Amino acid sequence: MLVLGADLGNSTEIDAFRDRFPDRFFNFGAAEQNEVDVAAGLALEGEVPFVHSFGVFLTRRAYEQVIVQVAMHGANVKLVGMIPGLTSRLGPTHQAIEDLSLMRAIPGMTVIDPADATEIEQVVPAIAAWRGPVYTRMMRREVRRVLDPATYRFEVGRAVRLRTGRDVALACSGLMLEPALAAAADLAARGVEADVIHCPTLKPLDEAAILDAAGRCGAVVTAENHLVTGGLGSAVAELAGERLAVPVERVGIRDTFAVPGSPEYLFARYGLTAEAICAAAVRAISRKAR
Amino acid sequence: MLAAAERKRLQDKARAIREEIVKVTYACGGSHIGGAMSQTDVLVALYYKYMRIDPARPDWEDRDRFVLSKGHGGVGHAVVLADKGYFERKLLDDFNKTGSPFGMHLDRLKVRGVDASTGSLGHGFGISIGMAMGARLTGRQFRVYCVVGDGECHEGSVWESAMAAGHFKPTNLTVFVDRNRFCLDGPTEEVMPLDPLDGKFESFGWRVLSIDGHDFDAICGAIETAHAETARPVVVIANTVKGKGVDFMENQTAWHYGGLDDRMKARALESIARS
Repeated sequence: MLVLGADLGNSTEIDAFRDRFPDRFFNFGAAEQNEVDVAAGLALEGEVPFVHSFGVFLTRRAYEQVIVQVAMHGANVKLVGMIPGLTSRLGPTHQAIEDLSLMRAIPGMTVIDPADATEIEQVVPAIAAWRGPVYTRMMRREVRRVLDPATYRFEVGRAVRLRTGRDVALACSGLMLEPALAAAADLAARGVEADVIHCPTLKPLDEAAILDAAGRCGAVVTAENHLVTGGLGSAVAELAGERLAVPVERVGIRDTFAVPGSPEYLFARYGLTAEAICAAAVRAISRKAR
Repeated sequence: MLAAAERKRLQDKARAIREEIVKVTYACGGSHIGGAMSQTDVLVALYYKYMRIDPARPDWEDRDRFVLSKGHGGVGHAVVLADKGYFERKLLDDFNKTGSPFGMHLDRLKVRGVDASTGSLGHGFGISIGMAMGARLTGRQFRVYCVVGDGECHEGSVWESAMAAGHFKPTNLTVFVDRNRFCLDGPTEEVMPLDPLDGKFESFGWRVLSIDGHDFDAICGAIETAHAETARPVVVIANTVKGKGVDFMENQTAWHYGGLDDRMKARALESIARS
């Protein structure tokens, strides 16, 4: 593999790779369009380039390069978008809140939103072994560990049921895993049993797992660190709309750019919380056909 | 200096390629014929004299790579690939027609001999840098040739690529700018000035060769100079004429894209025969 950077060595935490494998590391400066084009050329020559920048820059600025040169070629490029959703403190220019939507819209693109340190450790080798273009979000600095590395196994395209219920299915991706688990515990205290379906791969979506949970529970809530349009909520609602008549409620950012602020403040302000998931679960259950 | 017979061989081939471009354009109803004509002599020198390729093995790992960054010149590239034997000439009867593997911009996954899909401007340049760096990483000896349009140089990503090549110095890469001085809307210097184009590339760390892009002695000399260069990437600014070879198309903005009726086709072929 190769690592390509765009003048964000510290910020994307690729400096350790640079220092250890200087011959496999290339810094393109803040020029993401060319970074992605070169990556496609390298991939066509058999290399496996991991292309790093902030998620906003890879998906917004280099979108056409990603579509035309990476996706249309089916080039084996791994796009690594750092600082997902509302985890950036730097305001809306740096908050990737529509990156999953943009990437999911591209034919043939695999899209991943990892949840925690355990998952990141497993996503990297998994996508290196996966043939074809991948976009994955990536987190930096101290990343919490929620999933047990002794038992958890990430696979591209597989959702994992972390809790089994019967009243409502909570489908979550990325950093919404912890709030979803907390919401399931809160709901259980009120006598509501929730499935928790962790969906790190948005595309290809694990349709069988979603349909199974939705069918058993009869109502679905999605939760994502992203706009409710185009990401996990849309993917699940599209599937449910085509295949099952079950109510779907989506938790996420609603058609707005976010203000600058700490992740804790922003997650609360834009409703990315266990409380919001519980409220959505109650709504979804109340909408079940009687 | 080329031997007279060699020069004539290349000139005759270029004339034949231009005639084919006219015929395909006539059959398909319209193409980016102006830029296809201007780039032809550079493509002929590369494909018929310098590139190490084997049309029977388009995936041969050690083949030289060619990237037409100005992807709208695809009609001219397709004619060259057919003539080289990558596929049957009769496939071009359906060029850019419904169901054909050929769009106006060639697709690596559909057309044998195409090393990179292009069509949106400013991408192929970066791809070719990646390929050249890939050769270096894998220890292979192939060379990469890339043709960029001059109007394409309005794209900012071209200059991102120029900067990166100036830094990483892939000397196995040779870039040609098809400097026909016209973009779609008119003369480049009126739409958005590019001059001094040589000075721009020089300041980005390139060795710049400025030549007559229709003079095979100059084209071949530039390619050989580029092969011998070991310190910097080489860009050849090929000063060309848009619509070259067809008197009523030359230097006419309107012939960026166009179709031909029977009368225009006959007149175009006569003009090429005289050229």
